[in-house]
Amino acid sequence: MRNSTGYLDAASAQPLHPAAKEVLLAALDQGFADPLRLHGPARNARLLLDNARESVAESFGVRADEVSFTSSGTAAVHSGVLGLLEGRSRESRRLVHSAVEHSAVLQAGAWHTRHGGTAHVVGVDHEAMVDLVALESTLREPTGVLAVQSANHEVGTVQPLAGVAELAAAADVPLFVDAAASAGRLPLPSGWTVAAASAHKWGGPAGVGILLVRKGARWRAPFPTDDRVDPRAAGFENVPAALAAAAALQAVAGEREDVNARHGALIERVRSFVASEISDVEVVGHPSDRLPHLVTFSCLYVDGEALVTELDRLGFSVASGSACTASTLAPSHVLEAMGVLTHGNVRVSLTRDTSDDEVEQFLAVLPGVVERLRAASGVRR
Amino acid sequence: MNPDVELDCRGMRCPLPIIRLANNIGDVPVGHSLAVVADDPAARSDVPAWCRMRGQEYVGEDRADDGAARYVVRRLA
Repeated sequence: MRNSTGYLDAASAQPLHPAAKEVLLAALDQGFADPLRLHGPARNARLLLDNARESVAESFGVRADEVSFTSSGTAAVHSGVLGLLEGRSRESRRLVHSAVEHSAVLQAGAWHTRHGGTAHVVGVDHEAMVDLVALESTLREPTGVLAVQSANHEVGTVQPLAGVAELAAAADVPLFVDAAASAGRLPLPSGWTVAAASAHKWGGPAGVGILLVRKGARWRAPFPTDDRVDPRAAGFENVPAALAAAAALQAVAGEREDVNARHGALIERVRSFVASEISDVEVVGHPSDRLPHLVTFSCLYVDGEALVTELDRLGFSVASGSACTASTLAPSHVLEAMGVLTHGNVRVSLTRDTSDDEVEQFLAVLPGVVERLRAASGVRR
Repeated sequence: MNPDVELDCRGMRCPLPIIRLANNIGDVPVGHSLAVVADDPAARSDVPAWCRMRGQEYVGEDRADDGAARYVVRRLA
């Protein structure tokens, strides 16, 4: 098995933060019991769960009773979007979302449509920035819920959420924010009624989603639940994982100023290197309003799957939004909506431990890989 | 849209239709047009993107005789 050197896919999953690992190991012993029961071990588990909730609330700057732990980020998104729609069903069953939302939002919209609602898509510009003019005009029609991400998970563009929230408030439409791509790395934006995030994106364990519901929000559970601790989430809480997620979030928020500055410089280095050293390449996403740790580019005439595979052979792990790398064989809906090149696509995203050396080594092999694949493709240039 | 040359890229997956486009754009004189017929959904994004990156003009999309998507490009350089 390979060690994590050359791992440049933090946006898919971060390795567990050391602070989370320590807490997780301790909590596995202390937090196994059912927090709902009335005995000592149950009280331990309940205490740990309450601590996790309070810690997450503090990191996000929200109230503890606004925090729910779900079984994944996707579950939090589904429950968040559909629960808000449920609460608004008397006003309007129309969901409006941007064209570049995570597939979890798109699939919630598709589910809603199959159950008698409607979903309307607002477009984005070439840099994946949501079109505020189009949004304003679509919100003139009665709308149940507006869903816009904090930042794009594939190309890193940070959405103009202050403007989005203003339009939503003016139209009196509750805003759902999928904050998964930015949570931990950037402060949580304001103006939302419900928000969602995912712990493994900030260095917590997988299988912990965060659902934030503003106190007093008209949110109704869209799916059956049970009679457990939290009426917004179903199932037996993964107490150790929730506590580890909270510890990782606290640690990441504490170190983000330094980490973001370092990442910002490294990503700038990748952006300028790729643009100047590789021909026929398009760096995509907003050049300045973007996540600090992520860059995406597309290389003409190159098969995305071959690119990922060849880089993997050389010890570098990257993601791709190209069709040939997707289970559906369709190109990334994000790249499509932006109207940018969809093949030969690579997303590089840095973990807190990615070193300058790793990035330099990656840049040292990249132009050669692209040239070799182009030579093999038969393109005459 | 009446392209001078039509490239049959049915059944090809990305990036093959774009490679064929690049290899054959020289077959038409500057100012004339060439069409790519492709059923790969990525071509809908990638033909206009190629035009933008390579300084050619994307004219638009229509249908080939059998209904397959056809993307028309005018050679500018």
